[in-house]
Amino acid sequence: MLVADSLTFKIGQRQIVKDISFSIRPGELLIILGANGAGKSTLFRLLSGERSPATGSVKLNEKVITEYTAAQLALKRAVLNQQNIVNMAFTVLEIVMMGRYPHYRNAPSIRDNEIGVEVMELTGIAAFAERSYLSLSGGEQQRVQLARVLAQIWDVPNALLLMDEPVASLDLQYQQQTLAIAKMLTKRGFMVISILHDINLAGQYADRIIMLKNGRKWYDGTVAEVLSAKNIYEVFEINSDVYTNPRTLKHFFIPRNVLINANGG
Amino acid sequence: MVNKKFILYLSLSVALIIAASFSMSLGAVKIPLTDVMVILGKKIGLFSTTEIAIQYEGVMNIVRIPRVMLGLLVGAALGISGTAIQGIFRNPLAEPGLIGISAGASLMAVIIIVLEISLLTSLSNLLGYYLLAFGAFSGAGIAALIVYQISRTDGKSNVATMLLAGIAINALAGALTGLITFAADDQQLRNITFWMLGSLGGATWETIIAVLPFIIIPVLLLPGMGKALNAFALGENQAAQLGLKVNTIKRNVVILATMAVGAAVAVSGIIGFVGLLVPHTIRLLIGVDNKHVLPASALFGALMLTLADMLCRTIIAPIELPIGVITALLGTPLFLYILIKDKKKLVL
Repeated sequence: MLVADSLTFKIGQRQIVKDISFSIRPGELLIILGANGAGKSTLFRLLSGERSPATGSVKLNEKVITEYTAAQLALKRAVLNQQNIVNMAFTVLEIVMMGRYPHYRNAPSIRDNEIGVEVMELTGIAAFAERSYLSLSGGEQQRVQLARVLAQIWDVPNALLLMDEPVASLDLQYQQQTLAIAKMLTKRGFMVISILHDINLAGQYADRIIMLKNGRKWYDGTVAEVLSAKNIYEVFEINSDVYTNPRTLKHFFIPRNVLINANGG
Repeated sequence: MVNKKFILYLSLSVALIIAASFSMSLGAVKIPLTDVMVILGKKIGLFSTTEIAIQYEGVMNIVRIPRVMLGLLVGAALGISGTAIQGIFRNPLAEPGLIGISAGASLMAVIIIVLEISLLTSLSNLLGYYLLAFGAFSGAGIAALIVYQISRTDGKSNVATMLLAGIAINALAGALTGLITFAADDQQLRNITFWMLGSLGGATWETIIAVLPFIIIPVLLLPGMGKALNAFALGENQAAQLGLKVNTIKRNVVILATMAVGAAVAVSGIIGFVGLLVPHTIRLLIGVDNKHVLPASALFGALMLTLADMLCRTIIAPIELPIGVITALLGTPLFLYILIKDKKKLVL
């Protein structure tokens, strides 16, 4: 269980995150939505432990995350960052197996290697296991990073997976696949928190959605509770039309055109 | 892949033994290879024969063995620290010279060369030599410390700032070195020049004993950090998320690499391109896994410097070329070739 309690974070005098509290249980897929500059990435860094909050705390399994050592935390949660820049020509397999580093000291066990293969097959990268990471397209690299992160917590019960815009450079098929993998993990008891930009993708997979605005938690609830044209306007300042998917009966939203004054005004 | 790595280790070791033996046999006094082997065997207690000419044994003891050993040590130091620095900087083109380690070492050494004769004439050669070694080592350490401190913000160090700080330190140390050379007399200038181009000419048993710990410790400890340096390649945050104490690792690697480079510069001057060329060549052969690139770089660095030293002693004998000239002449074309070939892959 992850509990975020009254998190605030400041840069200088500017409050980036204001008094955010929520908790997430094993088996839940939480998606965080919000406009640019709403504080999503900062909140993400507080949750991952990369930054410490000015006030408040993040507790993982009833222990404040800063009280874990980096090594302990690595055995309980994995983080898929938005940007992953690698300058050395590691093979895909080598990168994926780095996800198992917290689990072994000198050489990977048979199980470590099996997990490496399993996650590569799941993410559709097994075919280029021996290729250089640098020779891959952006989307392929993103899937390699996903595989690495999955490898890290694959065999850890109730582990936490944090993803910061995991589908940014992926095509339609792999956008769906990434979220489907996240969903599948929650079925196995994982906790997944992901930042997304695509409202409809969020609506399709989330168990719960938190919408941020100006560093505050604006809405928090199920897809049906949070996603509405009114709330989307409130948070993103954009009008949208609501449609109902005749097959799933879920709502989806199509933004209306934004009018830009030709005089730039 | 395991076989490929095994073959590389094996062939590097064999090549190293052959190159070192040849290097010991060549020079002003040619010693037959068999005699080289017998003398070496005698040294480690394998033989007790006395059939070798006294003269050969003397040359081996006083000149050849220390010289070849120094080449092995300095080469291993430059090779492995190049790999380590590139790993920490997450930049395949980084090398110890880049963050000012070599410049700091050379500045301190030049200061000592110039001051030595005016202030420390009474000191024996050995003591002066230790002073030079210690000066270069501390210069390297100070430069690394300054760059490291400048680049730290919020308890984390920023690689881009570190590289820029390294450039600044290099420029400053270069300017100060230039300034100090004005105070040098002709003999000192010749010393400085020769030393700036790099040479193993100062090899004695004393110099070897002086630098041995500073090089052996990094060469033994750095290969153990291969996994950590691999994780570093993902990014510092990503490495931390994989459970690494990022700042501790960075500090330890920088200290070890500084130790090795400082010691190498102290006894042999600035021998360029080894720290850059060696890791690249190894990566082309066996891939980029630092667990293997680190030890292989030590071996290949030692081999490369042994061969370069053999060349610079024999090409225009009895005159000796500075070894830095040879490594740059051989290294630059290969390095440019790698650059052009991998231009697209090298994202800086």
